[in-house]
Order: sequence, then C-alpha cells, then structure tokens
Amino acid sequence: MAGGFLEPFLADAGQASRSQAAWLTEARTNALQQLARDGMPGPRSEAWKYSSLRALGQRQYQRGDAEANSRAIDKQLLALPGVDGPRLVFVNGAFRADLSTTRTIKGLQLTALSSVLESDPDSLQPFLSRSFDDPAHVFARLNSALASDGPVIRVAAGVAVEPLVHLIFVGAAASTSLAWQLRSIIEIAEGGSLRLVEHHVGEAGQSHFGNVLSQIAVRANARLDLLQVQNSPETASLTRRTDVVLDADAHLELRSIEAGAQWMRHDLVVNLSGDRSRFVSRGVFALRGRQHADTRLDVRHSARDSACDILWRGVADQRSRGIFHGAITVEPGADGSDALLSNKNLLLSAQAEIDTQPVLEIYADEVKAAHGATVGQLDEHALFYLRTRGLSADEARSLLTLAFCRVAFDSVENEALREHLDVLLLERLPSMEQEPTTDKASA
Amino acid sequence: MLKIENLHVRIAGKDILTGLDLEVKAGEVHAIMGPNGAGKSTLGNVLAGREGYEVTQGSIEFNGKNLLELEPEERAAEGVFLAFQYPVEIPGVNNTYFLRAALNAQRKRRGEKELDSMQFLKRVREKLAVLHLKDELLHRAVNEGFSGGEKKRNEIFQMALLEPKLAVLDETDSGLDIDAMKLVADGVNAMRDPSRAFVVITHYQRLLDYIVPDFVHVLADGHIVESGDKSLALKLEEHGYSWIAERKLVGAA
Repeated sequence: MAGGFLEPFLADAGQASRSQAAWLTEARTNALQQLARDGMPGPRSEAWKYSSLRALGQRQYQRGDAEANSRAIDKQLLALPGVDGPRLVFVNGAFRADLSTTRTIKGLQLTALSSVLESDPDSLQPFLSRSFDDPAHVFARLNSALASDGPVIRVAAGVAVEPLVHLIFVGAAASTSLAWQLRSIIEIAEGGSLRLVEHHVGEAGQSHFGNVLSQIAVRANARLDLLQVQNSPETASLTRRTDVVLDADAHLELRSIEAGAQWMRHDLVVNLSGDRSRFVSRGVFALRGRQHADTRLDVRHSARDSACDILWRGVADQRSRGIFHGAITVEPGADGSDALLSNKNLLLSAQAEIDTQPVLEIYADEVKAAHGATVGQLDEHALFYLRTRGLSADEARSLLTLAFCRVAFDSVENEALREHLDVLLLERLPSMEQEPTTDKASA
Repeated sequence: MLKIENLHVRIAGKDILTGLDLEVKAGEVHAIMGPNGAGKSTLGNVLAGREGYEVTQGSIEFNGKNLLELEPEERAAEGVFLAFQYPVEIPGVNNTYFLRAALNAQRKRRGEKELDSMQFLKRVREKLAVLHLKDELLHRAVNEGFSGGEKKRNEIFQMALLEPKLAVLDETDSGLDIDAMKLVADGVNAMRDPSRAFVVITHYQRLLDYIVPDFVHVLADGHIVESGDKSLALKLEEHGYSWIAERKLVGAA
C-alpha cells in the first residue's frame, strides 16, 4: 500500500526506469515493486520512531524538475571560502556542466552519472544493482528507482589527488514543490586518496524534497577525507543515506555539519569490512525554529582490528528537535576492534528536544568499546566567568555554544574554510546577531 | 571608590555575610584575612555579581554607582575585576580570542574605540613579559589543561590586560609554590597605581610579604571583626585566628 507521498512517483515510473542496460532496468523495477508493496514505514517502524513520516505523507511533490538544466543560480550560493578546486554542481537533481569546473587531473574521474549511464553503465553495476530489502529504507528504494544523475568520482590506484574537490547539491526555487533524486558514487582504489566537500545549499523559500543516496567504497590502503556541510534553506526537506565500505587498512575521516533544512534525515551506514580499517567521525547539528534533524549512524565492524572513533555534538534552540542514534555492532570474528562513541547535546530552550540513543552490540572477543551520551545546558560557572570579563550574557552564551560545536570541525586544516564554518554556525545559533568579533586574532 | 555598608548576604537560606562594612579608596591595597567559612569568597562573588547571592540588607557603592544594580558585565566595564579562586576551564574557546572579545566588549560599553588585532597583540606582548607567561598559553583554550599555577597567573594576566580600577583577588595564592607566588605578586605590584585599588583575599599571611597591604581586615562570622595595618597580618600569623575570637570575648566582658 503506497501512501500519498509515493503515489506521484509510482504512477508512470515504469517508463522512466527503462535503461539500455537490462540489469539497471531490473534493479529499478525491483525497487519500484518494493515501494508499491511496502509503501511508507508506519508509526511502529523502529527506524522512524522519532521522525514521523505522516506529515511528509500528506504532501505532494512534483517528480523531478523539467527546467533543472536552465535555472539561473547565483554564483555566491556555490562559493565556499578556502575551496577552489574542481567542482561538480547539481541543481534540483540534474548535473549542470555550465556551473561545474572539471579540469583534467591524472587518476581522477569526475563525471556525472547521467553521462556514465550513456557511455559505460556496466562499470557501475556493483553500485547501482544494490537492493534495499528493509522496508525502512524507503528513500534509498525511491532513489534506486528514480535517480538518473549525481556525481561519479573515481580515484585510480595509488593516486593522491591534491586539490580539494567540491560537490554542490543545490535546491533552486520553482513554482511548485519538487522532489529530486541524486545518486552519488565515490570509489577510491587501492592506495589512493581524496579530499572532498559535500555541500548542500538552496535558494531561500523553496520547499523541495531532496533525496541523496551516496555509495562510497574506500579500497585497501586508501583514504577519503570527507566534509559534509548541510546548509539547505530552513524550508526544504532532505533525506540522505551515505553507505560506506572500508576495505583493509582503509581510512575514512568524516566531518559533518548539519545546520539547514526544515526536515532532515541522514542515515550514515559504515561497514568496516577490511582488517585494520578505520572510521573517524566528527559531527554537529545546530537547530533552531522548528527544524527537525535526525542523524542515524549504523557502524558495523566485520573485520579484525578495525576501529571507529565517533564524536558528535548537538544543539537545539527554540522549538527544534534533534535526534541522534548511534549504533555500533561488532560482529563475530571482528576481534581486536576498537569502538568509541560520544554524543553530547545542549538544549538552549525549554521547548527544544533532543533524543540521543547510543547502541552498542558486541559479538567478538578482545574488543575495546566505550560509548556515552548526555543532554544538558550551558555551564553556569563558565557563563559567569565570561561575563565578569565583560562579555554580555548573550555573547557569553554564543561563545560557549560555538565552542561546544567546534569539536566537529576544529581539526579542519583549511583555515579559511574552518572560519567560514565558525561563521555559518554563529549565524545559525541563537542571539548571535550582535556578536561583536567574529574575526580571529591569532597571536 | 568602593563603599560597602552593613552588607548582609544569604545563600540558599543561610546567612553568610552579616553586616560587613568596608571602604576602599583609590590607590589602596586592602587585605581581607579570615578563617575558612568566614565569608571571604562570598564577598568576592557578591562584588562580581554572581547569581544565587541574595543581598538582604546593606549597600555597595562603586564610584558613586549602586553596584548591586549592575549585571556582571556592566561591573566589568565599570572597572571591577575578580581573579577567581578556581578559574574556569572553557574548552573550545581560544584564550586570545576570548581576551580580545572581553576587552573590546568592555571598551564598547564604555564608548571607547575597539582595539584592532595589531593594537591588541602589542598590549598582550607587554603584559605577558611581566608575568613570564609563555606565548603558547595564548593559543590554547581558556585555562584548559593549565596547571594550578598557570591558571592563577592567567588570572593576573587577564587583570593586567583589562586594566580594572578595582581588582579583587580571591585566594590567588592558594595552591601556588613560592616562585609562582612571587610572579603573581610581581604582576600585581606592577599594576599598583594611585588610580587603582586592590582587595586581596587570603587565608595566609605569606602573600602579604610580597604584596604589602595598606590595610588588613579580619573577616569572621560574616563581618569584619578587626582592622589594622600590615602588622595585624603578622600578629595573626603568630597567634592564629583563635586569638581574634579570644580578644573579642575579652572585649565583650
């Protein structure tokens, strides 16, 4: 039984799903059938316990954007200080070559899925034929059925890509609310490395529904540094699923900033499938108004001596709601694994709510594991201390709140970028308008 | 400069200060001594404006203004500074950033021009040298991972940078070895000035060998029971605080 939300997607989707590659048509048809059969997860779905899909089910979105290729975009929207490497820009779900800059870099493939699907679809079969069999993964299914564009980034074996690559997902204003899909595929071959920014922005006022499914494979001895900056307008809805596989000695260094969107869900699924693979995650969500952000980590150790180190912060003001679900599973045989998860949260208003849920399941031996989660308020002693030195109560609160969030990105080496993230959070956090000094004095 | 009259303070329903009088003029150094639990730290906190301290009677006037009506940050801008007994660690807030924000917030409130990075750093370097503090402390988070001595010196460094009119030092000597105490005293003495006053709260006489006070007051049971010059501190050192209590008994009889 498909709910109201899914109807426009299922109506004549059979036509859209057809591809010259038979396996792709089959995968899309399979996803459509699953959607038609299972519909939207109901109120008893554990994965959607804190993020009700009922409101979404009552909304109607137009499928895709016929004018995505021609919409005018303010260049300022795409800029990110300190980031001037190659970039791929997607507007309302479609690749925009005119806004992108892709210079040739040896060992780096930087293309759009839409063009790979025409030239060499079979090279993506391992990624695109993936089936999502859990009915809770409704948006991954939707993406599998409908997405026909997105970034495809492949780093050749042994290549260390020097420039910072910038991916930009833009929601552009339109006369109606749109639903757009993007499929992102990133593969770093053996011994390669890449630094990447995944950047979500949008034009003010639009209330689109964006759905991004990212598949990331970091092969043996390879490394990916990924910074996710989610700064969509506070009227948009966004769901993302990031699926990561780490092979032996692979390393993913992830920084996530969730600041935008009215309604946001991010499923971060990491499989430490190779011995000695390592996953480091620093993240923060900073919410205000009636924003709703649900971050769900599912980290799986399935190889020996693998390690995860997860540290997230959350801030909720006014009537916003933040959810952090951090699950770590150490599978049988993943001996010698090291798992660390910490989630601290700050409530800045009596009407705000934060739910945090660390889950640790261990089925292996000689595992080191620690997890903790707290929800609290600003430290009164620290507030008083700052005020006795001359800062107003508002300034002191903003400084302490920013400091609390900064743990998510204080290790970003790019100074211009790090300072931009400071400002981005300052603007989002409460009572920051009169912040006197946002520039930094470095002695 | 500072005029405290008949000050009564209650914390969580308990009377801590019970009729304290104190007058401090510009240029003077007053030492407040007393046994543990006498209300010494309460005095410092009330002057700085900490919440949760209920003033049930009395007044505090600072340069003609009713200090009790001012927020902590307004008091700071008026020139009141409290060096904390237990400086607070603030992870994630860079020391330099914090000091510049604090200084400029005060200047702005006073209608003075804010300092730019260069002017600020020049001032920082001058003050660091006096306290023999390492540059490296500036790059760290406020008090985070500082040793006890570094924290106390950082308080005095902040005082030097903010140039208050009235500095209240709350047991700045506690937990310091003799070398660190000398550094702290040097920092304070370098700032002694006819336009500035100090209230030095301490449990031991030792600090007063290095910061020589003009007046010494003994605080016991919530009010000042004895005042004198620096020789009073030496007598206390010799006889202990019980000597005051005995003298009071004799006087009452």
